[in-house]
Amino acid sequence: MIQLSQVTKSFNSGKPNQFTAVDDVSLTIEQGQLTVLKGPSGSGKTTLLSLIGCMARPSSGRITLHGVRTAFFPDDTAASGLNISSLPERFLTEIRRTTFGFIFQQFSLVKGITALENIMLPAYPTGESQAAVRKRALDLLDLFAISRHASAPVDWLSGGELQRVAIARAMINNPAAIIADEPTAHLDSRLSVEFMETIGSLKSTGKTVLIASHDPIVYDSPLADTVVEMRDGRITGIKKLP
Amino acid sequence: MHSSLNRHINILDFALSSLLRRKTKNSSLLVLYMLIVFIIASLIFFVHALKREAALILKNAPDMVVQRMIAGRHDLIPVSYGEKIGAIRGVSAVVPRLWGYYYDPVFGANYTLMVPDNRTISPENVIIGSGVARNQRIKTGDLLTFRTYDKGSLLLQVEQILPYESELVAADLVLMSASDFQAMFRMPRGVATDLALTVANPLELITVANKIVEQFPDTRPILKSEILRTYNSVFDWRGGMMVVMLGVAVLSFVIFAWDKATGLSAEERKEIGILKSIGWETSDVLLLKFWEGAVISLSAFLAGVVLAYGHVFFFSAALFEHPLKGWSILYPQFRLVPAVDAYQLSILFFLSVIPYTAATIIPAWLAATVDPDAAMRS
Repeated sequence: MIQLSQVTKSFNSGKPNQFTAVDDVSLTIEQGQLTVLKGPSGSGKTTLLSLIGCMARPSSGRITLHGVRTAFFPDDTAASGLNISSLPERFLTEIRRTTFGFIFQQFSLVKGITALENIMLPAYPTGESQAAVRKRALDLLDLFAISRHASAPVDWLSGGELQRVAIARAMINNPAAIIADEPTAHLDSRLSVEFMETIGSLKSTGKTVLIASHDPIVYDSPLADTVVEMRDGRITGIKKLP
Repeated sequence: MHSSLNRHINILDFALSSLLRRKTKNSSLLVLYMLIVFIIASLIFFVHALKREAALILKNAPDMVVQRMIAGRHDLIPVSYGEKIGAIRGVSAVVPRLWGYYYDPVFGANYTLMVPDNRTISPENVIIGSGVARNQRIKTGDLLTFRTYDKGSLLLQVEQILPYESELVAADLVLMSASDFQAMFRMPRGVATDLALTVANPLELITVANKIVEQFPDTRPILKSEILRTYNSVFDWRGGMMVVMLGVAVLSFVIFAWDKATGLSAEERKEIGILKSIGWETSDVLLLKFWEGAVISLSAFLAGVVLAYGHVFFFSAALFEHPLKGWSILYPQFRLVPAVDAYQLSILFFLSVIPYTAATIIPAWLAATVDPDAAMRS
């Protein structure tokens, strides 16, 4: 479970151009569920995702992770909740690496290297043996039916294939949660539906999924458990779906 | 396997893959870098080997040479000076030497003419260096013509050609008898070009030199250590040609490293952002850039040094022949004995590999300290 309590994120604090992207947000994201952040551009969805995913720290408020095991905190801390709001970068990176898998709007794959290498990349700094990582990456390629592209440079792949490589990369460290930012923005309707099917299969394996999107295919999907509506950095409505 | 070692292996593997992705850029960097190391290392090897040769040759040089000076110029010295100098306490032997230079207008070459003090050459015979033999295309038994002071001809028969090993100093050498030498230059008997002294105790050299200057104020004693010092300053880092060549090489390296330091492309920056966002720490990105820099700089350093070694010791420093080897037209054809100065080579290593690696890390560090959420916003 991820709990946000009065979280605010401001940029250029104290300057004339100060801008508050996330304003006093309190939210609970349940484990194993699909939560969708819905709202127009500039509503603060991406900033909220980056705060939850330990990519940035909130200006105020607390973000607590429950049930997350880390290498540097004892298990009882993990059980009672780990406040990630003020952790040093090193710890945040460790949590980001082991707890979250990210799918970016533009896929953010490294050009010039193969699909297999792209999938393996997040595991390189973990110190795991390359053989083990490679095996897992090949399994993921198989799972997403793109094994034939394993040794192809990502520059050669279609939009849908790139999306699947990006999902496989997000899964390589076997994270507890998947965070996706506008994942269908560059996909046509057929591929967007396909993407949601993949998300459904991940959810069925117990992964927590958090998606920011203003695509109806995503927020109207029957897979969504909670739809959080945002505008101007604030939550304007939370819809729990049966 | 240890996870820290695995981390290094994984990141090194990705570094190699990254380098291969930008083949053209990285191979041109490698070639340029290797070329600079090659030039500097060739100079280091060449100069070090020359200095070593010079030191070996000077080992047999006299402890002190005494010249006579008139109006600040070197003049012939009376042999009678030698008899009196020989009587100074501490001087073991005094040998009057006859030597000079001769310009051959037909072949356009300068020769060093000398009367040997350790062997006797019968009149009308000469022993010549291999450079002279090559230049005039003559062999043992042939006749060699010299033009005397009054435009007359002096015909001398080649008794021997000096061996290849002594080429560095003997390429332009012509050894002849004292009577031929004196006849050729109309040099009066009873004078010598200079006096070669042997002083048994090196600690007494300065005292002996002072006594000579006191007794003969028109003379100039030159110690072996001073000759060595001159050789060193001619061939050392401060030597004119060395400074110019090293200056150019070092400047090229600085421009090259500066270009690298400021040349992180937009694509590389984007990649660093991606790596950070998928869970790489700043230190992981720095390790990646360190390996990229280290692979390029170490390969270039090793290749440059190996090529320089071959160039200097197997191809007789062919590229430096005109600026650094010999003078006139008699370039000595010698093969230097391999001698590597580990100290200078380590300096080259630290002045090339480390700045380059640092130059690749600094811009990466600047790019890697951005917030990892940059990739989400790109």
